[in-house]
Parts: sequence; structure tokens; C-alpha cells
Amino acid sequence: MSEETYNIRIKYAKGGVLKYIGHLDLMRFFQKVFKRAGVDVAYSQGFSPHQLMSFAAPLALGVTSEGEYFDVQMNSLISSDEYVKIFNEQMVDGVYVKDVILLPEKAKKAMSIVAASDYVITFNEDNSVNKDIKDKVLSAVLHLLEKETIEVFRKTKKNEKVEDIKHGIYKLELKDDSIYMFLAAGSEYNLKPDSVIEALCNEAGVEYNRFDYAIHRLETYYKNEDGELVSLLETGTRIE
Amino acid sequence: MNGLALSDEILMGIEKPARYIGNEVNMVRKDPDKVDIRFAMCFPDVYEIGMSHLGIQILYDTFNRKDDVYCERVYSPWPDLDKVMREKDIPLFSLETQSPIKDFDFLGITLQYEMCYTNILQVLELSKIPIYANERSLDDPIVVGGGPCSYNPEPIADFFDMFYIGEGETRYDDVFACYKRMKKEGATRHEILHELSKIPGMYVPSMYEVTYNDDGTLASFEPIYEDVPRTVTKEVVMDFDDVHYPEKPLVPFIHVTQDRVTLEIMRGCIRGCRFCQAGMIYRPTRQKDVKLIEDYALKMIKSTGHEEISLSSLSSSDYECLKEFTYFLIEEMGNQHVNISLPSLRIDAFSLDVMKKVQDIKKSSLTFAPEAGTQRLRDVINKGLTEEVILKGAMQAFYGGWNKVKFYFMLGLPTETMEDAEGIPALCERVAEAYYDIPKDQRNGKISITASSSFFVPKPFTPFQWAAMLDPETYIERAHHVKDTFRQQLNARSLRYTYHESYVSVLEGVFARGDRKISKVIYDAYKSGCIFDAWTEFFDNDKWMEAFEKNGIVKEFYTTRQRDDNELFPWDFIDIGVTKRFLLAEWKNAQQEKVTPNCRAKCSGCGATKFGGGVCFERNSQKQGEA
Repeated sequence: MSEETYNIRIKYAKGGVLKYIGHLDLMRFFQKVFKRAGVDVAYSQGFSPHQLMSFAAPLALGVTSEGEYFDVQMNSLISSDEYVKIFNEQMVDGVYVKDVILLPEKAKKAMSIVAASDYVITFNEDNSVNKDIKDKVLSAVLHLLEKETIEVFRKTKKNEKVEDIKHGIYKLELKDDSIYMFLAAGSEYNLKPDSVIEALCNEAGVEYNRFDYAIHRLETYYKNEDGELVSLLETGTRIE
Repeated sequence: MNGLALSDEILMGIEKPARYIGNEVNMVRKDPDKVDIRFAMCFPDVYEIGMSHLGIQILYDTFNRKDDVYCERVYSPWPDLDKVMREKDIPLFSLETQSPIKDFDFLGITLQYEMCYTNILQVLELSKIPIYANERSLDDPIVVGGGPCSYNPEPIADFFDMFYIGEGETRYDDVFACYKRMKKEGATRHEILHELSKIPGMYVPSMYEVTYNDDGTLASFEPIYEDVPRTVTKEVVMDFDDVHYPEKPLVPFIHVTQDRVTLEIMRGCIRGCRFCQAGMIYRPTRQKDVKLIEDYALKMIKSTGHEEISLSSLSSSDYECLKEFTYFLIEEMGNQHVNISLPSLRIDAFSLDVMKKVQDIKKSSLTFAPEAGTQRLRDVINKGLTEEVILKGAMQAFYGGWNKVKFYFMLGLPTETMEDAEGIPALCERVAEAYYDIPKDQRNGKISITASSSFFVPKPFTPFQWAAMLDPETYIERAHHVKDTFRQQLNARSLRYTYHESYVSVLEGVFARGDRKISKVIYDAYKSGCIFDAWTEFFDNDKWMEAFEKNGIVKEFYTTRQRDDNELFPWDFIDIGVTKRFLLAEWKNAQQEKVTPNCRAKCSGCGATKFGGGVCFERNSQKQGEA
């Protein structure tokens, strides 16, 4: 085995029934994908060697996404196209790999650079949300950001407290019958879409029920040298 | 819609929703409308336990290779979901197509331990299938039982349409063909079951009538039709290298109990321990060709991506190519970063070498299962392990750096005395003393010895099927005494002793050798809220005691009563190859403390030769007894 390893970053989508698979189980799933695909993953040393993987921003149970990332170390490389192909041969319904990039040496871990995520929220069809609620929530989208503060209860490990979440909402827009939101994420400030939906319900004067809404993450972003929020896919280069 | 039987709201409100969504790697997909037979395969316990079971993986694979059959899985909903399903009237569903179990042709339930019996009723009730077989109609699936507990199916006979006695790989083609034919002919449920009862290995309880003597023992057990066989001979795979084995087992998303590739290397056991049911019912011992299992190991690691592999068999040290196979695994799996999980092996130079290679000595321990504390009692139970062998193995290991030892014992064995019980701490103490005889610079710190006792339950089809089970009060007294004796040992600080509670074992004792009268008790216990009895957090002994009382059933009749040599047993209609005559001779040998050699050392004529293969014919002619 050569000493040198390569860090690759994998972008994948998670949907369908896989939304009920937790973050750690999905990691185990990918470890097995690598073994089945026969790629040259790097292992730690010791009696129970493990693959060196790290996820960008764990997705809550019940949320779907098309912009998930994790990093893994390889001993040798094949092209991005080949990776995508052989990984997707090993997938189950609901999860697939969208792209693979090579990170520059000494690149920071995905988890440490995540700065934002955007989401689209739709109304759950099988929960028959009544039209009145839907209209009220949708109209709240139009003026929520006009408020000086947007306060919601947030549960911390110790207690519940009222918090102003306005600074974490970068964008909040209507897209047809759904809601688009662009929110702060990562270690600096992490805002869950649930909190924003709750704020919308408060504003609309309707009761918040998590299961009335389907939450779908679109992309995960980091802040580049110019201070712009860009996709994590921009952190490296495709392998030709 | 999420395509699932349960809504988003339900799934998000229960523990581990992944138990109920299927979609795992290697799950088989078929169009249920395009097969003739839909088979729901059930392990009546939670997903993580059920998914760890090799037998189901084998049958899932075997059935799904057939074009006309679609086999799906179902497990017991955990009590949190059980509650929701009852409240919202949601019928139990299969994982693959998420469709109601009631729509299947067959519901196959594996019976791995007695304490799952109430879970069977839960599965039936949630499926909206009548709990009692005689209340089912043509619309209900044929409910089939199989697995080790079906060797005495009588306590649950009323809940099943049929039991498949023996190894599942052999006879399902005939079962399916018969079912298809009878369905086509427009037969009634009773007619279908009648026909099925004529297939070798099939036991249809409703085709037999049972009468009892005044003392409660069985008087007769007779078929109700002339063309229904009087005895049911177990099914057994005789070409063990040519039988299907799942090369692409299911890979669960969540952690399950056995999260690894499991490779069966051998079926049956040559040892003949007199307490052990598996050692009798799986005779004759059959080994798999080493080249074949090497090939399976590679294929299965490739198809699953598992990071661990384990071997499955009884007494793995008796697999003749174990050395060759283990070194092959160490070589191949090491390269692929796959861990090897070793079965418990006889401690010798070979096993210590292997353990050193695949485990961290600091974390691993030596395991011995002497089962009894004195040589006298070990002779009674025909457990070949001697103190000399234990000490020799332990010393070798101590010099190799090990300092942790685990001992497994049983209490309540036939003929056991206080002296035998005291033999348990005495044996542990001698091992500890032997350790401290090693010069300080050659041993590895302090020794730690853990011993545990379980409460012996006599099982059908063993030489101890005639034996009285110890009463629970005496068992607990004896266990306390053993614990006290442990405290008096010189090295007491290095010794730990634990023993199992008695309640569950008493119930197991009733079910193991029970008859049809027990079904009412199980029904009433279930109706009063007993499920997941194998889980200490749910087990409710009081409810069980009420159910016995309500039905006027005296537990002691089944547990502490020693049987007459000629008593007709509820399970005597099953022929496992090993004869009742042999078991009785072994029961006499036990009482005379006479040891019987293992199958390879000398054939003792148990009767399993009639199947025409396995260990009985390994050495050609000279070692066969009566064959």
C-alpha cells in the first residue's frame, strides 16, 4: 500500500424510503457500497480497521435531499465518471451518486466548511392539508422577512428558548405551490428548515404540524475566497 | 404517498422506522400478480433478530429462485408500532411489497425458541388471520411452522395449519405443487390440508386426534384418515454440497444482531451431549466441501460488502477442514479488510494461533463450556470436556498472553447434587490458581474469570426427555449456594458468577415438553397482554401464572415430573432417525454415569444411518455399527 492517499468528495441524493434511514446507517451503507464496488478505499490501522469517511452536514430523519456530500480517502483513483457508474451499480432505490471530485491536498473537511443549505418545502399530499392552512402559510412567505425579528422556540440540549432566527434566513420565496428557503448551516450558525416553517405557521396563525410538509434539501454550500456561497462541488476538480 | 404501508407520520413517530420499509440490498423484487404462490416468511421477533437468522436467508433464496413463487418477509412489529396498528386498524404487511399478509397463500413462521409463542399470535391477529387454525377459511393463508421448536409442535398445534418437520430445503417443491393443483381443482381448505399431510415431513395437526389418560398423560395419537401417515419423518438434506446457499444474502440498513456474512460449514454434531436437542435432531452430521465454502466466502463478501464473516455450525472444531479453511479466511479476508468472527473453538495450539491473528488478546477471552462442575456429572451429561483438558488449554493460553476466561454451566441437571454444584466454583478456583502458578514476568496481570449458570430445561428428542426438571425454588437455592461458595474461594476477587432467573426457564420447560392442552394458556396469556416474552422488559410472569390457573393447567405436570420409560410422548409421532430406543439407552447410561463415544470415534447405532449419508458413512465400513 502506498503512503499517499487521495481525498475524494462524493455528492449524492437521498430520497424515497431511504429518508427513514438515519445518517450513521447511511454511512454504513456506503462503506458496504465501496466494498461491493471494489474501489481502493484507504483503511485505518489496528485490529478493526475502518474506512476513513466524513459527512458534510447530517440530514435529519424524514428529510430528502439531492445535495448531500461526504469525503472518503482512497489509495488510488479512477475517473469521476467511472466512480459514478460503479457506485450507482451498487445502490438501492432512493439513493444515488451524482458526482465525484478530487479534493486538493490539505483541503478542509466538508463538515468544517459547510455554510448554507437551500430547501424546497412542499405540502404533504397524503396528509390532506386543508386549503385554508396552505393559503395562509404561502401568503406568510411573502412578508415574513419584512418583520424586524422572527422569533421561534428552539430546543437546545438544556432547555427551550426563544430565538431570533432572522439572520439565518438568506432567502425565502414562493415557487408555485411550494416554498424555497436558503438558510445558514454548519458550525457557525445552523438553522433547520423546520424552524422556518414553524415561524411561517406562527405568522399565518395556524398550527404547525411537521407531517404536513415534505422537506427537500437542494444543495449544500460553502463560502469561497470571494465570500460567495457556492456548491461544495466547487471545492475540487473532476477526475478525468 | 410513500409507497409504504405506514404513513410518514407513523414512521416518524416510532423507534427505528427502518425495520418496516424493506428495500435492503439484495432484496428480491417480483410482480406478485405474476406468480402462483405468495409466501410470507416470518420470524416472530423484532427485525434485528429476525434478519440475523440464517435459515430464513436460505429459504428466502431457495423460494425466490422459483419463477412461480414470490417469498417476502415479515417480522413482529415492536410494541410501539403494535399499539399504533391496533389503534388505526392497519393490517400487518410484508416488507417487500408492503402488502397485507392475509393476501398471501402461505405464512411460514420459524420457531427458534419457545418464548416467541405469543408473538406468533400477535402476527396472526395483526394480519387479521383467525388465531385458531380451525376458524380459518379458504381466504386465509396456510400457516406453516418450521424450525427447532416444531420438533414438539403440540403446545402451538392449534394455531397452525401445518408444520414442516426437518430441514426446509428439500420438500417445498412438493408442497407448492400440491397446493397449486388443489387450488385449481377448487378444493376446500380441509381437502388441501389433507393432501398436504401426505407429503413426507408434513404434519397437519387437524388430521390427528389426541386422547389422554386420567393422569393427564397421552393415551393415543392417531390420524383421522387412513391415508394420513402415523409417523412423520423429518426431512433432511443428504447432498449437502448440492443444496442452495444464499450467495447474495440480504444486507440490512440498520445494525442487526448478526451483522455479517454467515457461512454454514457443517450441520449436525457428532458429540452426543445428552442435554442437547440440536445434537440429536440434526443427525447425521454433514460437512460442506471446503473448496465450496471458500468459494462462497469470497462471493458473499463481494455481494454484500459486509466487513465481517462468521462460521455457523455446532461444535465447529469437529469440522475436519477447519484448519485449512480458517487459514484461507485469514489470508483472503485480511487483504480485504474483513474481520473474522470465530465460533467458540476447542482451546488448543491451533485455535490460540488463530485467535491471536484475528482478535486483540487484550480484549478477547477464552471460552469453555464444561456445563457441569464435576467429572461425575459431566459423564452423566456425556460432555467429553475434562478438567485436565481445560487446565491444559487455559495454561497454553495464559502463556500466550490471555487473562480472561468465560465458563458456561448449567444447574439443575439430572442426578445433580450439592457437591456437583460446588464443583463449579472449585473448577474456576483451580484455573485461577494455575494462572498464579505462572511466574509473574510470564503472565499478563490479573486473571479474570466469569462463570454463568443457566437453568437446565429437559428437551424432547434428547436422552433427558424422561428427566424431571428441577423445581425453581431448589434451583435458586442451589444458585445462591454456588454464589456463596464462589465468595469463599481464595481467589474470589478474580471470580465472577452470574445465574439466570428461573421464571422464563420454567415456562420453557412447560412448552418444550407440552401437549395440546397448553395452547389455551398461550392464548390467554397473549390476550392478557403478553408479547415479546423473550425480552426481559416485556416479560410478565404474573400474567402467565394467571393464564395457567384460569385453565386449570398444572405446570409441574410438564416440568418436575419424571416420565416413565414407556410413556407415550406428544412428539413421538415424529421420527428424527435417532430412535426412542437409543435415547432410552442413553438415559440409562446417564444414570450409570457411562460415557458414550462420539460418532467419529465409534458408531453407537442411534438410528440416523437410515438417512444414508453424513458422518455415518465418512469412514466407509469399519466404523459403522449397526448399519
